[in-house]
Amino acid sequence: MFDFSIISSWLHGLLTGFMPEWAAILTESILVALVIITLYAIFAIVLIYMERKVCAFFQCRLGPMRVGPFGTLQVFSDVFKMLTKEIINLRGTDLFLHNLAPFLVVMASMITFACLPWNVGAQIIDFNVGIFFFLAVSSIGVVGILLAGWSSNNKYSLIGAMRSGAQIISYELSIGMTMLTMICLTGTMSFSEICQQQYAEGWNIFRGHLPAVIAFILYLIAGNAECNRGPFDLPESESELTAGYHTEYSGMHFGYYYLAEYMNLFICAGMATTVFLGGWAPLHIAGLEGFNGIMDYIPGAVWFIGKTLFVVFLLMWLRWTFPRLRIDQILSLEWKYLVPISMANLILMAIIVSNGLHF
Amino acid sequence: MTDIQDQTPAAGAQNQPQAAANAGKPAAPAAAAVKPAAKAQPEAPAQPAENQIEPRFVEPSALHAEMKRLRDEEKMDFLECLTGLDWQEEGLGVVYNLESTATGRRAYLKTATTDRENPLLPSVSDLWDIANIYEREVYDFYGIKFTGHPDMRRIYLREDWVGYPFRKDDDPLKENPLRMTNEPLADVTETLTLNADGTVTRGENRIFGDGDYVVNIGPQHPSTHGVLHFRVSLDGERIRKIDPVLGYIHRGIEKMNESLTYPQTLALTDRLDYLGAMQNRHALCMCIEKAMGLEVSDRVQVIRTIMDELQRIDSHILYFSCLCQDLGATTAFLYGFRDREKILDIFEETCGGRLILNYNTIGGVMADIHPNFQKRVKEFIPYMRKNLQEYHDIFTGNVIFQNRSKGVGVLTKEQCISFGCTGGTGRAAGWHNDVRKRMPYAAYDKVKFNEITRTEGDSFARYMVRMDEILESLNIIEQLIDNIPEGPFQAKTKPIIKVPAGTYYSAVEGSRGEFGVFLESKGDKSPYRLHYRATGLPLVAAMDTACRNSLIADLITIGGTLDYVVPDIDR
Amino acid sequence: MKKPKIKSIPYDEFKDNETFEKLVAELNAKGTNVIVRKLDELIDWGRSNSLWPLTFATSCCGIEFMAVCAARYDIARFGFEVTRNSPRQADVILVSGTITTKMAPVLKRLYDQMADPKYVVAIGGCSISGGPFRKSYHVVQGVDQIIPVDVYVPGCPPRPESFLYGMMQLQRKVKVENFFGTTNRKQKDPYRKSMEEKNEELYNEEEQA
Repeated sequence: MFDFSIISSWLHGLLTGFMPEWAAILTESILVALVIITLYAIFAIVLIYMERKVCAFFQCRLGPMRVGPFGTLQVFSDVFKMLTKEIINLRGTDLFLHNLAPFLVVMASMITFACLPWNVGAQIIDFNVGIFFFLAVSSIGVVGILLAGWSSNNKYSLIGAMRSGAQIISYELSIGMTMLTMICLTGTMSFSEICQQQYAEGWNIFRGHLPAVIAFILYLIAGNAECNRGPFDLPESESELTAGYHTEYSGMHFGYYYLAEYMNLFICAGMATTVFLGGWAPLHIAGLEGFNGIMDYIPGAVWFIGKTLFVVFLLMWLRWTFPRLRIDQILSLEWKYLVPISMANLILMAIIVSNGLHF
Repeated sequence: MTDIQDQTPAAGAQNQPQAAANAGKPAAPAAAAVKPAAKAQPEAPAQPAENQIEPRFVEPSALHAEMKRLRDEEKMDFLECLTGLDWQEEGLGVVYNLESTATGRRAYLKTATTDRENPLLPSVSDLWDIANIYEREVYDFYGIKFTGHPDMRRIYLREDWVGYPFRKDDDPLKENPLRMTNEPLADVTETLTLNADGTVTRGENRIFGDGDYVVNIGPQHPSTHGVLHFRVSLDGERIRKIDPVLGYIHRGIEKMNESLTYPQTLALTDRLDYLGAMQNRHALCMCIEKAMGLEVSDRVQVIRTIMDELQRIDSHILYFSCLCQDLGATTAFLYGFRDREKILDIFEETCGGRLILNYNTIGGVMADIHPNFQKRVKEFIPYMRKNLQEYHDIFTGNVIFQNRSKGVGVLTKEQCISFGCTGGTGRAAGWHNDVRKRMPYAAYDKVKFNEITRTEGDSFARYMVRMDEILESLNIIEQLIDNIPEGPFQAKTKPIIKVPAGTYYSAVEGSRGEFGVFLESKGDKSPYRLHYRATGLPLVAAMDTACRNSLIADLITIGGTLDYVVPDIDR
Repeated sequence: MKKPKIKSIPYDEFKDNETFEKLVAELNAKGTNVIVRKLDELIDWGRSNSLWPLTFATSCCGIEFMAVCAARYDIARFGFEVTRNSPRQADVILVSGTITTKMAPVLKRLYDQMADPKYVVAIGGCSISGGPFRKSYHVVQGVDQIIPVDVYVPGCPPRPESFLYGMMQLQRKVKVENFFGTTNRKQKDPYRKSMEEKNEELYNEEEQA
């Protein structure tokens, strides 16, 4: 496999050659930040385009096709429009919090975006409590949503925000549980180690067999709920609360929510890929050396993005098929089903790991 | 007991000279009826037309006791229609249509007051739930105040509207310029109580208190299916009370009708309930034809029946689509629209329109059916049967939908009758109210079909009734499509159509309930009063009952499954 | 039956896109700075291809609007399928259906709530002139009495094709806009201050009431 750390260490060597250590690190940080923002924007655009095409495909429609070849430029035109649209400041709102809220949401999703392992050595945030950090930072988003609902001075927004708070905080629990289940298997919280381990020993979903598959399904459900996407899109449920917590946002402030929604989807899928589907690790089948060799030639980033987009497709499939749940159903699904199942699953995993029954 | 016209379904069917399917035999009463009409004599024809009603006059002071007697002793538990009228010299009054759901017997009463300054009539809102909203409508249009009514507010017009537009001496445009100020919405309403000595005591009735968390759902809201406005008092996510505010699409169709000729009035019926355009127009045509004694050919009757059923399927598919959309299943919404286009194609070929069809006319239909019509309909029937299964696969069986609809928004049979919720809503609660069976018209007495009923009365039952009705409608069409008799598609009418003086009522089974036409004629070329029994108004009136203590999300489900069309409510 | 004579635009004129395109090019060629014009064109391109409608329907035309969004006509091809329920996020309001005098203040408020740039398309006879209900006592005789209208789409209700045609006309209209220099220039409004004071007064009055 191509190790991306060759490039980064070469760059570091190059920079330290003519500037002091601190300046080199500063330059690198700025470069990395630029790369994150660019990637963030690119993937948001790709995902929005994908969603519109996938949804059209499910609905016997064509989807965007007039702007650019196959409608590929559609999202770009949306971005230009959004950037030049008026941002309305409302009387009777808490202006500071109202303007702060979308940035909190975007910030949370950007930091979690930086946690994703793209390739061997191509990882921006990586330390020994990676998963813990990821779970902690992703919770900042809910603060943004609550602030948005509260500061908008709109009853719909408030109801949407409260729903969102109740929902996200509940589902955080089962995400934590499923993650714990997998940590139990991997024995580490660092993303790079998790991926390295899966590269060597096979994907976690195969290694951990039954409990890992259960955890994967639970994670997909809970992750979908975390992203506020259908069938869990209650906080912004269009037919009930017009646009939920971002009813009063216009222009780019609304654009941030829009971006964050899709990026959260990507991050959720990316995390599923990292923890369950091997991250950048190629598909290896024990015994087929030739096949494995060919698989190794495909770069890790392609594997990672491919798997992530596959999971994204699964989640989109879910969204465009199911009707929306009701708030009491969402909460009873979490507290009466997902939490007990994930707890039992954790115990099952613990038994399997302690007896060495995994592969 | 002369006032109760014995019209049990059986007798009604016998009377229907639809059995004058024997087109060879010209109906004698028809000729008798046309003659005086042509001379425009104000008195009634020698033999009354079959849909003519003769309401019995009851003094206002005796009205409430008489109504109570009718309801309790004669079991007249269904207040079908309540029409306000301005008889000028004879005063302002109300006509009541009552029906007994058990025996099918019908009664018509009227009452009036000559006091134009401060007209007072007793309210019957304590006897029938639906009278509440009907009487508010009469108050809005005629200014008649009902004593004993808990909530005497305007319903369609703004609260700062001046005058009562339906009075014959009122000029609504004079004092009512376009007001661009925000509309006032009162939280406190007036109630009047009539004391024994004839004096009136004013009382106050509070709709929403200071402590209520009131959310406005509408008028611009994606799930109210148009411009309907609910003021909802919430306790967390739970609904305490709903106060519907109507009139955002009140176009004054009934008032406009009073200055239009009969053929002109037809144009507006399509725009009432645009998902029941065929049926609405059918009802008005039928009312005028029967009142005139005009005989329409068998061919027309069969074509009208087929068109009505196609329209019903169209409406039910749209119902399915919108319900899916409201519940967040966007894909199913588009599947419904895909199939609906097929029906619109059929309509378009014959009528030239997609939504507003303008097909029925007095005495027939606008144009003969297109040569492709039968072929296309026959292709459509198996196609729809197949796709209906797809709907069940993608939506009905979904566990989320089932959980969201079963046991939600239950309306019992008694509530449905008291609120007059006809159509699928009533049938879902077990009330056999299908006009096609109760008072057969057109070719419905010649076809075999089942009246779909269920007993649960919840949202799921309402949904399933509609889905099964699509199948029944397909059955009806299948029986008729190969047997369209030959004949003229348009009966000869006089260039100026005049309806003999009298009061008439005809009803058809619209897509979402009984659509009735109440026509009062003075023998002129335009109606004196033309009132439509809106199919949606009772449904909206029942919203508060159905939604109490449900969640906000249930409001959407209940609203979606009740299936109202707002322009039909507001007229 | 006698065939009614329908007066309308000849069919060829509907197909005549060239004239419009030429008109757009002419209007755009009015001697502006090249860089500014190019940027303008980019923004206009973005705006014209991303007109998100507000879900607003009062009657029959609304059903046809749903049909336009559905599979056969598929407004998504143009990128207009993102119907927003909140007026703050919508770009164009398709006034589909009769506007009654009770609805008029609501429509005005909806229009005011939308963020610039905002466009209005009057769909159907009712919103253009009152249509069949022109003589009614409770119907606004054309929404242009309340809000400025960009494109009129006649019909009762208009066919979905007319919807699309109307939206394409709106796109052309957007394409001749200038973002820099004209509409978005900070203008000194002599009444600005007094207006703010007035608003403040109004607000205080509302609060008191």
